[in-house]
Parts: sequence; C-alpha cells; structure tokens
Amino acid sequence: MATTANKATTKQTTVAMTGNAGCALAMKQINPDVVGAYPITPQTTIVEEFANYVANGVVDTEYINVESEHSAMSACIGASAAGARVMTTTSSQGLALMWEELSIASAMRLPIVMHNVNRSLSGPINIHCDHSDSMGARDMGWVQMFGETAQEAYDNTIIAMRVAEHEKVMLPVMIMHDGFITSHAIDRFDVLDDEVVKKFVGEYVPKRALLDTDNPMTFGPFAMPPYYYEQRKAMRVALENAKDVVLKVSKEYGKLSGRTYGLFEEYRLDDAHIAVIVLGSTAGTAKYVVDKLRDKGMKVGLLKPRLFRPFPSAEMADALSHLKAVAVMDRSDSIGAPGGPVYMEVKAALYNTTKRPHVQGYVYGLGGRDTGPDQIETVFGDLQKVARGEEAPREAVTLLGVKE
Amino acid sequence: MGVEKLTEIRWHARGGQGAVTAAKLLAETALSQGQYFQAFPEYGPERMGAPILAFTRISNGPIHIRSSITNPEIVVVLDSTLLSAVDVTEGLDTDGVLIINTDEEPAAIRKAMKLKGRKVYTVDATKIAKETIGRAIPNTPMMGALVRVTGIMPIENVTEYLRKSFGKKFSEEIIEGNVKAVERAYAEVKAE
Repeated sequence: MATTANKATTKQTTVAMTGNAGCALAMKQINPDVVGAYPITPQTTIVEEFANYVANGVVDTEYINVESEHSAMSACIGASAAGARVMTTTSSQGLALMWEELSIASAMRLPIVMHNVNRSLSGPINIHCDHSDSMGARDMGWVQMFGETAQEAYDNTIIAMRVAEHEKVMLPVMIMHDGFITSHAIDRFDVLDDEVVKKFVGEYVPKRALLDTDNPMTFGPFAMPPYYYEQRKAMRVALENAKDVVLKVSKEYGKLSGRTYGLFEEYRLDDAHIAVIVLGSTAGTAKYVVDKLRDKGMKVGLLKPRLFRPFPSAEMADALSHLKAVAVMDRSDSIGAPGGPVYMEVKAALYNTTKRPHVQGYVYGLGGRDTGPDQIETVFGDLQKVARGEEAPREAVTLLGVKE
Repeated sequence: MGVEKLTEIRWHARGGQGAVTAAKLLAETALSQGQYFQAFPEYGPERMGAPILAFTRISNGPIHIRSSITNPEIVVVLDSTLLSAVDVTEGLDTDGVLIINTDEEPAAIRKAMKLKGRKVYTVDATKIAKETIGRAIPNTPMMGALVRVTGIMPIENVTEYLRKSFGKKFSEEIIEGNVKAVERAYAEVKAE
C-alpha cells in the first residue's frame, strides 16, 4: 500500500483489491444501518467481505440473513421505510427474483443503494458477465450507474448514497460493475480514509419514517385511478432530478478524491470523426484500441455512458453532434426490438436533432464471451468505411463474436 | 497517451497448487514498487486437481485493456503433468518464455514437446518447496524463477513483500521457508 498525491485534497491509500472487495470496503466506510442480502455469484464476495466487517464489529450494521432475494429486497424496503440507511447487493437471477419489489422501492421513494454485479440471465444458466440483468430493470424507477473499473465501482458506491438520499431524488440507486472482469480481478485503485467517507455521506436523517411515532404516516397505500398517475409523475420528476444531483455530488466528490465523473466519459472524442459508445469494462478495452488507432493517425474516440437512468439524452446528442458515424455496443440483447437497449436510447436521443451522426448497432459479449481489441477494431473499421461513403450504413444490429 | 508497455503472464496449474495466490502475490509486489497490474483467474469448473488458468498484467502506467490474455509473453507452468494434458504454448509467440516446474532439463522438455522457437526454463519447484516449506506447494518458488528469468522486478522486492504480507498470517518458520524457496528457485532455475 502507498499513499498518493494527486489533485485530491485529502490523503488516499493505493490498494491491490478486487472490485468486489472495493465495494465491500465502501459499504464498511458508509456503515449503513441495515443490509439485507442473499449471496449469488458473482456478487457473493461483496456480502462475504461485508459479513466479515459485521462479525468483526467494525460496522454498526444490522445484517439480515434472508432466504431469497425477494426477501432481501422486502427487508430493505421495510427497513428503509422505517427510516434506516439501507444497502444491498445482487446479480442476475437474484435481481430477477427481486423484480416485484423493485418498483415498490422506487414508488415508495426509498433511498436504498444496491450493487448489481452484472451477470447474464438464465438460460442457459451462465455465471459470466453481460448486462441483461440490470437492463431488464431499466424501467423500474431506479437510478442506474455503470462503472468501468474497480476504482469506479468503489467511487460510485459512495456517490450513490448521497444521490439516493438527496431530497430532490429520494429514489433507490443501482450501481453496476462487470461480473468477474471487474468484480474478481485484483486491480490497483485509491481509497479514501474511513473518516473522510463518513463525513462525505453524513448522517441520514429521513424526513418521513415509519418509526417517527410523533408524526404517524401511512406508507405504500392503495392508489385508485385519481391518485396513481400523479405518483408516477412524481417519480419521473425525481428521476430526472437525479441527473443534476449526480453531477453535483460527483463534483463534490471530485474535489475530495481528484476523480471527477460526469454523466458520461468522453475519451479522445473532441476531434474524432468516428466513435464507439460502450459501457462497463469493455470501455477500457475500447480506450486501448482508440490509443492504438490514434497512433496510426485515425480520428477515433469513445463515449462511455455512466448514468443510464436517467438517460442523459440531450447532453449525449450534443457530445455526438460533430461525429460522422458512431457504433453503439450493447452487452445485452433486447430480443425482438430493433437493437440493444443502449443503441435504442442513443438513436432516440439523436432523432430530433439536426446535426447527427449515423448510428450502427452491435451486440457483444453475451454470457461472458471475451471481447478483445480485435472485435473493437473491426467495429471502427466498419465505421470508417461508412464515414468515407465506401459502405452503405447498416440498419440491422450486428452480433459481434458469435459463432456461425 | 499511447499504448503503455505491458507484460502479460499466463499461469497453468492444477487446482490447489496456489497459482491464483501467486498471481495475486505478484500483483501486490508490483504495487509495492509503484507499478500497475491486473490479476485474474479464469472462472470455470475449478476443483482440486483440475487444470486451471490464472493471468497477470503488469505495466509502468495505467492499464485500460480488460479482455482476457490470449497472447502472453510469459507462460508459467506449476505442474509438468499438464504438458501432455493442455497446450501450454497456445498464443505464445516464438520469442515467448516458458517456465516449467519439473526435474528435467530444458532440452529434454523441448524434445518431448517437439517445441519450435520460444525460450524454455526449468526449475524443480516441487522439490524446493518440500525442502524449504515442508509442503509440495510450488507457487512461491515459481515466483523466484519468474523474476530471475524475466527481470520484471528485483528478487528483494519479492522476499520483502513476502515477509511483510505473510507476517500477519503465518509463523516465522513458514515465512522464512517461503523466502528461502524463492531464493533457491531464483538461483537454481536452468536455461537452455
């Protein structure tokens, strides 16, 4: 371990840890009142490490062992409604089993923070990475943030707590990092001191709590047609508010850590003619390819989405307006739809703008299929031909790296 | 910017021989000398005795690439019975390095494997481990052979880190046994 001196205003420690150990460490530093969780690969090592913190008495958390993810989310909802600061973690089928409770957590405006370590959905059963689990939950009214590295998984955990509990948001936040690739690889990253994180997240004082017996209140009542619609409108407004709050909290965190995050990351995009849009760990491999192609004189760039819900449509359309062609790479397929979820969002974001690039869709890496630099180079090759007018733009989505 | 010089290593072993620990130890040692790294096992049906793979990337600058390692420069084999079970040379360039735990000479291994190109090094890490640690766990001696052959870090960094990190968990006897194992493999590894 070593301390770093970067732009940060506070001392940090450089560690060699897995992404999951980093997330468990961030949870320890946040010291939530309640964690209700059920282990599932590849999330398991987060709850395992956090259970160690609980057993060793270094956190004050009430750790609830449950018999399923449905119960995990139910316990989290109850605890959060009671007024506690609540965290949990899951993956894949675990998230699927929580399905019924996900929209209840958001509709009850409960600021629960949950890691979803990305893993493909069964079947066939598979434990490796793709984004089909969290993409399936994209309309559940949760804020969704994706991270590329263990560093981002750690940082996002701390930022998410503040976003969830912000009075203009009061919604659950789901943080993603790639199963095995980020969760289980030992990586180098910087962590803040416990006291610094404690001060940054502050004490959670709920405005409305079931256990506030001086102000008795009903949570989650039946809403007839005259009321339901307005509740959903309020959720939409709150989720839209999350965009500004994410920026504000990330900026404050940046001053502390020297690592400032936006709604998305632009990598060598300014003067690029063509670019790839990809989220999660593959964005790292795409940076490697961008550097390599730039060395050969190609004007290529990358846009890595961080915030997926709410989707920063206007900001992204603006960032892409100068490009000739972009490729959206999705690590999940929306079967029967025109393309993957990110592809459809990007296309929709651009449709009503006057200056926009051609958009081509790709699906890649399902069930953990390795996505190396060669596949991304192929995508840039396609885009270059389209930009030069040598090849007709493609409407149909291309499946990368699939066996014929 | 530009592509940083990157060293990619693949570890072949059987479950229980400590390849994952070795990959982790190498990463942590790299951190202690200010380098960047990634260490990751291949997750599949790993069981005690089954063939497994682990990977390490080391660089002087930040590492962006996240895909699996398909063209390593260095392959470390912790168990010579794997030589007839899996293709340990897969993706290894003709000037790549192969470090094998065996009691045989490099020339004998080259002949048995019908190997063209590459550089072969051998060390009897199992014997060293038995004599120094008292158990046939070849991972720490293979670290000694690796740093000798590749020069990726001074041996003192490895032994210092072993003393520091093992100090919290193991007895003085086990720690010094491991240090001795690293030093002996460093001295005894054979080139062609």
